[in-house]
Amino acid sequence: MVHLQDVFKTYPNGSKALKGVSFDLAPGEFAFLVGPSGSGKSTIIRMLIGEVAPTEGAVVVSGFDMARIRAHKLPYLRRKIGVIFQDFRLIDKKTVYENVAFAMRAVGKSTKEIRARVPYVLNLVGLDEKSKSRPPELSGGEQQRVAIARALVNNPGLIIADEPTGNLDPARSLEIHTLLQKINELGTTVLVVTHEKSLVDEMSRRVIAIDGGRIISDRTGGYDSNGEY
Amino acid sequence: MASIRTGYYVREGVSSIFTHGFMSFASVFIIVACLIIMGSFSLLAVNVNKIIGEFENENVILAYVGEGISVEEARALKSDIEAVPNVKSAQFTSREEAMETFISKFDDKTRFENIDASVLRHRFSIYVEDVADMAKTQIYIRDIPGIAKVNANLLIAKGFVTIRNIVSGVSVVLVAVLLIISLFIMSNTIKLATFERREEIAIMKMVGATNAFIRWPFAFEGFILGLLGSLFAFLAQWGLYLVVSEAIINNGTFGSTGFLHTIPFSHVALPLFIVFIAIGFGVGIIGSNTAIRKYLKV
Ligand SMILES: Nc1ncnc2c1ncn2[C@@H]1O[C@H](COP(=O)(O)OP(=O)(O)OP(=O)(O)O)[C@@H](O)[C@H]1O
Ligand SMILES: [Mg+2]
Repeated sequence: MVHLQDVFKTYPNGSKALKGVSFDLAPGEFAFLVGPSGSGKSTIIRMLIGEVAPTEGAVVVSGFDMARIRAHKLPYLRRKIGVIFQDFRLIDKKTVYENVAFAMRAVGKSTKEIRARVPYVLNLVGLDEKSKSRPPELSGGEQQRVAIARALVNNPGLIIADEPTGNLDPARSLEIHTLLQKINELGTTVLVVTHEKSLVDEMSRRVIAIDGGRIISDRTGGYDSNGEY
Repeated sequence: MASIRTGYYVREGVSSIFTHGFMSFASVFIIVACLIIMGSFSLLAVNVNKIIGEFENENVILAYVGEGISVEEARALKSDIEAVPNVKSAQFTSREEAMETFISKFDDKTRFENIDASVLRHRFSIYVEDVADMAKTQIYIRDIPGIAKVNANLLIAKGFVTIRNIVSGVSVVLVAVLLIISLFIMSNTIKLATFERREEIAIMKMVGATNAFIRWPFAFEGFILGLLGSLFAFLAQWGLYLVVSEAIINNGTFGSTGFLHTIPFSHVALPLFIVFIAIGFGVGIIGSNTAIRKYLKV
């Protein structure tokens, strides 16, 4: 599903964000990506969705070679990945339903397909009651669940979340992580960037730890650091 | 599938037009104004050209054959004259024919009974292709052996040519300037539309919309605005043309002479319509394309 081999990334301004990163994600796997601020987590995410290209090394996502992918192929890669960000990125003037339907419309799905799929996904994230509300009327946790529904709606094989709970309190955060686990159990590969050590320890899943652009630990059941990631 | 998408593009385009109604109105208005100015000058140019064309048919060079040349010899000069560049045709008139024509203009024919035709010359009435080159043509004809004298109304020819050059020059410059203005306004309207929807565009890209899919609604928006502009402009131009032609025909000094009469609108309607639609369409599509380009990177 995801394959990184000796990946280096140097930004045009000379800052070396990644210095030889290698890891694989098998289909159906669930993994956390943790590390201190500036360690290169978002750089990895942006590489997986084709926003930045690796300077060196191999990056393969769902069969797409990200070092060589052509701009006109990117949309087809992105249809196979659902992305979730800390800041939700919802359209405030559209309802919950429309926000989710928007992602299907954007890839050319018909109204009929949309009517069949959106309610199912909203039900999955527990928002069927709120489908007519608009994002400003929702709590942060609810907004993030809308974003998750949108990421899921085109049935991607891979869900990538960059600090999805960074703006939420611990209870909401647990809810979101439980939801992401549930999605994983339904067969989707999930990669979650997070800072929340206690949550990661508690969930006892694979944890890839990165620091200074290098992987310092990659094992199941949490990562023994002293304190925060 | 294709029809579903086209429906979506058009709906999105139309709804965007209403979301920023003022800018949409402004761009349609500017297109109408630009097209009417362009159209008016083009119609003026067309009419001036027609009048010059008519004038060319009346504006003959008269070439008189030298004395002591027989009718047969004179007649033979026709081929020499017609070989001169810019000469459309030359018509021979013998001195006797000229005399008859001259006399026939008077009521009292007896007055000329004793006058011999030899006071007149054999002559050619020469029609030119382009009055602008009349001066040169006249010199060539004068240099033909056997031609004694050439008469041509160069001043009037020159005047018409100047008018034609000014009108077409001004038309070309105006059309260019106004095209650029319309493109600029259209591009800005669409830019505003893309700016209002930049979040949506970013999300569309994130979930895997193709650039074409993102671009089409804006292209339709530009296309609809351009088309509206050209339709309104065509109707307005029609009305304006009728009013102005009427005024010229009913004008005492010009109209009564029958000299100035405009081309009927029906003769210019189709080309004008096609050009207006093409410009409206082009301005809409090109304007929207330049506007949205920068949002499609990454
Ligand atoms: N567009 C960019 N241009 C130049 N340097 C960048 C750019 N983006 C990130 N960097 C640098 O690359 C390094 C890694 O940044 P990255 O955003 O991947 O860190 P992160 O692990 O996501 O941090 P955080 O936890 O704060 O989000 C940092 O030193 C950062 O300053
Ligand atoms: Mg980050």
